[in-house]
Amino acid sequence: MKVAVCIKQVPDTEAEIKWDTQKGVLKRDSIDPITNPFDEFAVEEALLTKEKYDCEVYAISMGPERAQDVLRNALALGVNGVYHIMDESLSGSDTFGTAYALAAAIKKIGDVDIVLMGRQSTDGNTGVVPGELAAILGYTPLTYVAKIREIDFQGKKIVVERAIEGGFEVVEGKLPAVVSVIKGINEPRLPNLMGIRKAAKMEIPKWTCDDLGIEKNKVGLSASATKVVEISVPPPKSQGEILKGELDEIAEALASKLLDLKIIK
Amino acid sequence: MTNSGEEKRKRVKRPRGKVRLIEGKCIACGGRCQAECPVDAITLNDKGEPIISLEKCIGCRKCVKVCPVSAIEHYYTDEELRIIEELKKQGLWKEEQIEEKEERKTEGLDEYRGVWVFVEQQDGCAATVSWELLGVGAKLATDLGVELSAFILGDSIEHLAYEAFAYGAQKVYLIEDPILKDYRTEPYLKGTVDLIRKYKPEIVLMGATGLGRDLAGAVATELETGLTADCTGLTIDKERGLLEQTRPAFGGNIMATILTQNHRPQMASVRPHVMPMPPRNPDAKGEIIREKLNMREEDIRVKVIEIIREEQAEKIDIAGAEVLVSGGRGMQAAENFKILEELAGILGGTVSASRAAVDAGWMPYERQVGQTGKTVRPKIYIACGISGAIQHLVGMQDSDVIIAINRDRDAPIFEVAHYGIVGDLFQIVPILTRKLREIAAKKCAA
Repeated sequence: MKVAVCIKQVPDTEAEIKWDTQKGVLKRDSIDPITNPFDEFAVEEALLTKEKYDCEVYAISMGPERAQDVLRNALALGVNGVYHIMDESLSGSDTFGTAYALAAAIKKIGDVDIVLMGRQSTDGNTGVVPGELAAILGYTPLTYVAKIREIDFQGKKIVVERAIEGGFEVVEGKLPAVVSVIKGINEPRLPNLMGIRKAAKMEIPKWTCDDLGIEKNKVGLSASATKVVEISVPPPKSQGEILKGELDEIAEALASKLLDLKIIK
Repeated sequence: MTNSGEEKRKRVKRPRGKVRLIEGKCIACGGRCQAECPVDAITLNDKGEPIISLEKCIGCRKCVKVCPVSAIEHYYTDEELRIIEELKKQGLWKEEQIEEKEERKTEGLDEYRGVWVFVEQQDGCAATVSWELLGVGAKLATDLGVELSAFILGDSIEHLAYEAFAYGAQKVYLIEDPILKDYRTEPYLKGTVDLIRKYKPEIVLMGATGLGRDLAGAVATELETGLTADCTGLTIDKERGLLEQTRPAFGGNIMATILTQNHRPQMASVRPHVMPMPPRNPDAKGEIIREKLNMREEDIRVKVIEIIREEQAEKIDIAGAEVLVSGGRGMQAAENFKILEELAGILGGTVSASRAAVDAGWMPYERQVGQTGKTVRPKIYIACGISGAIQHLVGMQDSDVIIAINRDRDAPIFEVAHYGIVGDLFQIVPILTRKLREIAAKKCAA
């Protein structure tokens, strides 16, 4: 009875972001790396599952050296173990490369019944890794899960509620499965001081491509089927008009503009 | 004697230069330069920016080429420049050309032709994003000089084929089977993959909805092709006949143009309301091609037990609203949204929110605008106390008219706003509501 939870370190994109318009670059001082907010729900769901079914929970993260912070956080919250997938050849992987590496780690952990992950990351935002991971592993894909109703580890079954357009569907799937969870499935807990102290001292095991038997031609930048060929900074539009004057005048001006737009009938 | 002279000349090491980081340009993409460096001269600092060891650097420029934002430049050290001067005098120096390696085309790509759009449906009702995709698909097909087709999977859904013709599809590939009644990944994956393998479209577009993302990821994995999710722009590189896919990247702070050069089909997904609806021509006709689903119920790992529909009355669809009054962190508390509701009321609009306001618990998630919420394009978007993180901007910047009210003149929201007011929203919004009420009252009296 094993549950794996995949977590990603992302820049805290909700921190106030400002442009250095002179240089045309991002002011980065305020952006700290955090655990992908959607993955926090996955970690919490894994911990709830552990408490209810007495299973083992392992957290996996792929990323550079500093990604171990999110794993340490998971340790502080009480997962049984963590694995850090770190290899320079993985840098620049697209969603397939990412799913492929995660799949290799899950296979190495062995006998994983359920893989939990957030519905998407807040930096890449593609939301396709769970589906890809399930396809590579041959696990049942259960995406956008709003509630896990029941897990039958012995009978190899899981019943979940999936969010669909205009409602929910109750689905029974065979285990093993990849379950991606949505916001609101639970209330993620915070680590306590004891947990943080304990986690701070723990060794974070690292897995390289060689450890995982990953074929390097399947991952990394050069293997990506998609290639970034151009990057552009969205140009500041700024042809807008700043309304000035006394509050009353501003409101008057704006009201008449709204009137011009024929919004008020 | 001449021999030893030449030997001496050969021994002068030809300067290869070094590379350096251009201050302030790195976006911490994840260490592409580091991965590419053949001599491990690059390490990353905790911000994710490269630190280049000049001792190790051999000036090969691989990192320069791979950097997505041209943040690394090649240069010669002073000493190298002196050597170059010397070599130039001797006529031995030629400026090196950085040759662009042309991507080798994988064989068989030319067999793939045509643009396909996935028509997503639930209970026989199509998601409107499907028609929006037919609109952009038509443009792509015209530019490529190929056909535009739709593909539809479901149970008793033939009527949607005629709808697809009305929105511009020339052909419809149809798989009808009771197994496909409710969406499940496996049978939809099987049907889609079989269709693509048989008919070989060069481009496949899907809606970036929950269902679309679920299916697209699985299809791309099965076909081992590239998928660019959440595109905000789709065009054709006419010279090479490739799909240019534009999307926010690296946390949404920049736009990336992405190509799928050596794999087919080129798959892209687009969120609802990003592309405009095409005109509907009810007289349009086309050809229906039927295929079978080669799958049995027993082979499917998932069973739908029950579908719970939410009460329609409770459902608020901000994506369909014509006027949105949106509140952010600057609203300070849930009860303060009342003033936005009053303003929205007089304008016949709906109240929406930024992620900050939703995370704070002031507004429910279904009202969230932005990259992790909904993309909206109302006629009027009034942003109150929203600073405008790029994740928010990408969700609303296509609105017809954007009005921003914020205390901070430097807030990025003003960069996309048509009309901006720098000031306290708690003063401005009530006055604006009052003015609008007065105007409405006058109109009514007249």
